[in-house]
Amino acid sequence: MSAVAVQTYPDYGQPLWKRIFLTREMAIIALLALTLLVASIAVPHFADRLTAYNLFRDMFATLIIALPMALVMITGDIDISVGSMVGLSCSMLGLLYASGVPFELAMVIVLLIGAAGGLLNGLLVTRIGLPALAVTIGTMALFRGIAVGLLGTSTITKFPQAWTDLTKYEIGQTGIPFIMVFFVLLLGAFVYLLHFTRFGRSVYAIGLNSEAAAFSGVNRERTRTILFVLAGTLSAMGGIYWTLLRGTARGDVGDGLELQVIAAVVLGGVSVFGGLGALHGVVAGVLLIGALSSALRLVGVTAEVIKIITGVLLIGSVVAGSLIAWIQDRRTKPAPAATGG
Amino acid sequence: MQSKDAIPVLELKGVSKSFGAVVALRNADLTLHAGSIHAVVGENGAGKSTLVKIMAGLYQRDTGTFEMDGHPVSFRTTAEAKAAGVAVIYQEPTLFPDLSVTENVFMGRQPTGRFGRIDKAAMRAEVVELMTRLGVRIDPDRITQGLSIADQQIIEIAKAISLDARVLIMDEPTAALSGVEVDRLFAVARSLRDEGRALMFISHRFDEVFALCDTVTVMRDGTYIDTVPTAETNVPAMVRMMVGRDVNELFPKIDVPIGEAVLEVSGLTSPGLFADISFNVRAGEIVALAGLVGAGRSEVARAVFGVDGYTEGHVRLNGVALPKGKPAAAMKAGIGFVPEDRRQQGLVLEAAIATNITDAIRDRLVSNAVITRKAENAAAQEWARALEVKAASLDTQAGTLSGGNQQKVVLAKWLATRPKLLIIDEPTRGIDVGTKSEVHRRMSELAGEGLAILMISSELPEVLGMADRVLVMHEGRLTAELSRAEATPESVMFAATHSPEEVPA
Amino acid sequence: MTGIQATQDRVATVSIGSRLLGLLRRRETSILAAFLIMVIATAAVSPIFVFSPDGWRNLLLNPAIYMVLAIGVAFVIITRSVDLSVGSTMGLTAFGVGSLYIAWPGMPAVVAFLVGTAFGGLLGLLNGGLVAVAKVPGMVITLGTMYVFRGANILWAGSTRINASQMGPDFLAFGNAQILGIPALTILAVVVLVIAAWYLHNIRSGRELYAIGSAPEAAELYGLPVRQRMLMSFVMSGAMAGLAGVMFAARYGTIASNAGTGYELQAIGAAVIGGVAITGGSGTVIGAAFGAILLATINSALPVLGIQSFWQRAVVGALILGAIILDRVLAVRQKRKLIAERMEP
Repeated sequence: MSAVAVQTYPDYGQPLWKRIFLTREMAIIALLALTLLVASIAVPHFADRLTAYNLFRDMFATLIIALPMALVMITGDIDISVGSMVGLSCSMLGLLYASGVPFELAMVIVLLIGAAGGLLNGLLVTRIGLPALAVTIGTMALFRGIAVGLLGTSTITKFPQAWTDLTKYEIGQTGIPFIMVFFVLLLGAFVYLLHFTRFGRSVYAIGLNSEAAAFSGVNRERTRTILFVLAGTLSAMGGIYWTLLRGTARGDVGDGLELQVIAAVVLGGVSVFGGLGALHGVVAGVLLIGALSSALRLVGVTAEVIKIITGVLLIGSVVAGSLIAWIQDRRTKPAPAATGG
Repeated sequence: MQSKDAIPVLELKGVSKSFGAVVALRNADLTLHAGSIHAVVGENGAGKSTLVKIMAGLYQRDTGTFEMDGHPVSFRTTAEAKAAGVAVIYQEPTLFPDLSVTENVFMGRQPTGRFGRIDKAAMRAEVVELMTRLGVRIDPDRITQGLSIADQQIIEIAKAISLDARVLIMDEPTAALSGVEVDRLFAVARSLRDEGRALMFISHRFDEVFALCDTVTVMRDGTYIDTVPTAETNVPAMVRMMVGRDVNELFPKIDVPIGEAVLEVSGLTSPGLFADISFNVRAGEIVALAGLVGAGRSEVARAVFGVDGYTEGHVRLNGVALPKGKPAAAMKAGIGFVPEDRRQQGLVLEAAIATNITDAIRDRLVSNAVITRKAENAAAQEWARALEVKAASLDTQAGTLSGGNQQKVVLAKWLATRPKLLIIDEPTRGIDVGTKSEVHRRMSELAGEGLAILMISSELPEVLGMADRVLVMHEGRLTAELSRAEATPESVMFAATHSPEEVPA
Repeated sequence: MTGIQATQDRVATVSIGSRLLGLLRRRETSILAAFLIMVIATAAVSPIFVFSPDGWRNLLLNPAIYMVLAIGVAFVIITRSVDLSVGSTMGLTAFGVGSLYIAWPGMPAVVAFLVGTAFGGLLGLLNGGLVAVAKVPGMVITLGTMYVFRGANILWAGSTRINASQMGPDFLAFGNAQILGIPALTILAVVVLVIAAWYLHNIRSGRELYAIGSAPEAAELYGLPVRQRMLMSFVMSGAMAGLAGVMFAARYGTIASNAGTGYELQAIGAAVIGGVAITGGSGTVIGAAFGAILLATINSALPVLGIQSFWQRAVVGALILGAIILDRVLAVRQKRKLIAERMEP
């Protein structure tokens, strides 16, 4: 051992406030706060209890699906079949219940179908080695196709009151629907998973450098497959929710949901190239889109404009991300690959 | 052939290149004449690849002159270098796998006729002519996917010729070639030389240097040492120039009592990569796996660790059989693996040092089912200090560290697992001399503490200085097992360049 | 060693016989075969599917729009990217052309076609610019523009729809005309196909698209103008989508704001099924066009075969998955075979 005094390393290169506030997530949270502020002042009725209530109810499915989607995208994959799985679960729930299956059992079956769909995605990506985009384009069509095929143009509108009412309850007079409790629990579970477990660390590892992750003993196939299964299961949950919310089962539910989820996730700081991102940013991203939609609707703007704005937000945040990365690259040039003689 | 008074085709004088604090190249001189095959030899870290990249237009030199045909040049892009007639054939050819051989040779500059229509017949005819001239038969219409490295290199050479390259630089071209393919490559090189082109041949393999080249330049630690005609030198002289004073700086291995076999490998086979590999490594022992680049050593190591699979054979750690293809199982049993490619396989460059150091020990840092940054930092602190990593904070991105410090981080990561067996692939590649000796010292200490070490190295002095036993591989087979006393540059080199049947037991 | 031996033999056998065999093994041929089998099977069930003036006309006419879309999207997929916005571009263009007719009732049909194609190309330029300049994956950008264009379309249209009566009669006539028994729009699609195929096969910049998709890093290293080519591929995709929109307007006359919804899936599916690898670098627009013909025919054949057209999307999804799995399995098998051949003593 050397007798020289050994250096002690500071844990972090930057002070705490910088580490917390100079992040993409904080930027989005700030933007969200700003939007809420401006809208409360400028838009009549925005600050009403009812607005908040509707906002949460409208965004619930997006909120819960954004959680696993963020993890999928951090590993560098993507899943654009989530909207179609929502539709399929909605369809299946209606059909199962209408054919006499007890509602609780039907829900469980639908969740299993979601998991199975996610498993299909995961296996095709990890075992067969196909790109996630291609696979989920196919399953997006397949799931939606089955949903529409089974139901056709018919809808099922009879569901147990006790369950549909669940989506209506409010917590006291806060304007927060009761179902948000459920979301908070899920959020807690995902925060734990991503930020406080080995599994979560390996998600980041795969996204940053898949090969090095393999050399460190990470089971990449299993991890990625699990994430797809989670995405499928939570999409199914979203589908169940929509059915209960509207009291109707239709085949076209969830159309375009994948855009909203991906836009929110990217807006929330998750890099399209993988390896970066955190859940608080993602939640802020979803709420930002929701708040904008609410505000615009109150002003009288149609739903289509909201679609445009979501699209613009997605493009804008990706381009901004690229720009930031480019600036950072210019400033901190790491040691080049000039190793070896 | 060459006339010593003729203006050299390419001349570098006093060229230096640094990357931040790391000096990659120092005062390099290189003169390439037409009609000559010029070898450049040196260990890893000697500066050869930096030199090549400057000539190819990938890097800009910091100091010195760069002239072609007596006129100063400075290439800002690879396109400019190509236009000036400099072609580089890398060890790993980059072709377009889905396109045909012909298209690969002519991509971007296909001959055109009316309406800009590509003249396929002319293109194909020229490729056939090129192939004939090179003395090889490759179907010009087949896609390049699946072609052997040897064939791919020939296509790269064909490309260079069709671009009328006057300088052809071949970087370790024979690393992945069989004996016959090497002969073919040499025939091609000689014919190119006879056409009046200037060739530069970077290689580790002395027999090839002497067989093919007329001049040899030796480099060491980024510095130019000397240039001599091959006819006026021999292997020991070259080795002396390449290794120089470093031999004294290597920490010779401390004698420690050697214990039981920790790693037992028997009959390991993976078709196309290695066959029937059997050896063991005992506690307190440093076993070196020597051989030329492409002999299959890293492949064996990866198979033992589980990153790659194998078709036959067994691996046992402390008597317990290891399942194949499962690095996690190997890690659990107590194997640590410092891979060959530090940047791509050993580290996550964008992640913090703390994250990298704790990448292999997370399961031990979990308390109450939770793993915290605090716990990771504590562990990282301990190990970064132990290895004296030079960094500003635990938060620093691993990619910003020097090569030597990066290697220390990788070592820290694996030592933190307190392994029973440590496999290190090229422990000191691309590292400055000071850190090199630190790494060697550390390895000796670890062996002294009872660790079994399997070291893969292409640097002869390192092998000879550190190993208790030297295993030599050649084209996927074990050709020799030499004790410390039996291992000499000659015996190791012989075993590295001959098949098992030819090496005396 | 054997590589040389084996390839020596291969060089020698560039005979007619082996050329024919090579042709048979191609994906394009299988798709064509599948199409023929499908048509025969459906005709067996219901002869009027083929053997009636309407049936014959629809059989030939239905694929036209899909073909044009698939050809455009193939350009982008070959470079290892994807354009999800083609359906929205198509719808927006269709509505735009209709609106133009309302503003300028005397517009010649040719102008309508040119303006529509140019407009689509402009939207493609937007996509390509964002992808090339911002270095962002095409998938994400076009996911965004898909909804932006669609939203703009709906916003613009409101609840109105454009009726056939509002469009130029010569325009509609072309949309439904037949020349020598073949619908004019189909001939147009075939002409586009021939030009596109010729371009990708015979022109340098076309071949460079394949190079970029096959090995992007190598393409950069070579000094190929990657950004320009990617931009061009998106412009092409947009222009084809624009053309498809005009064709749609010409054929149906009635344009609602949801025109073109879901067409991007058909286009990408057609290309992938037709052999254009989703990872880029290989495949032909002919394959993409055949894929489009197959899918379009499946659409119309399903109801005849007793399967509700609601299942059409599921069939497309299953075919896409089948095609990419098949491609992958074949690629792995071929790689193994090539390596084994090399290893033989």
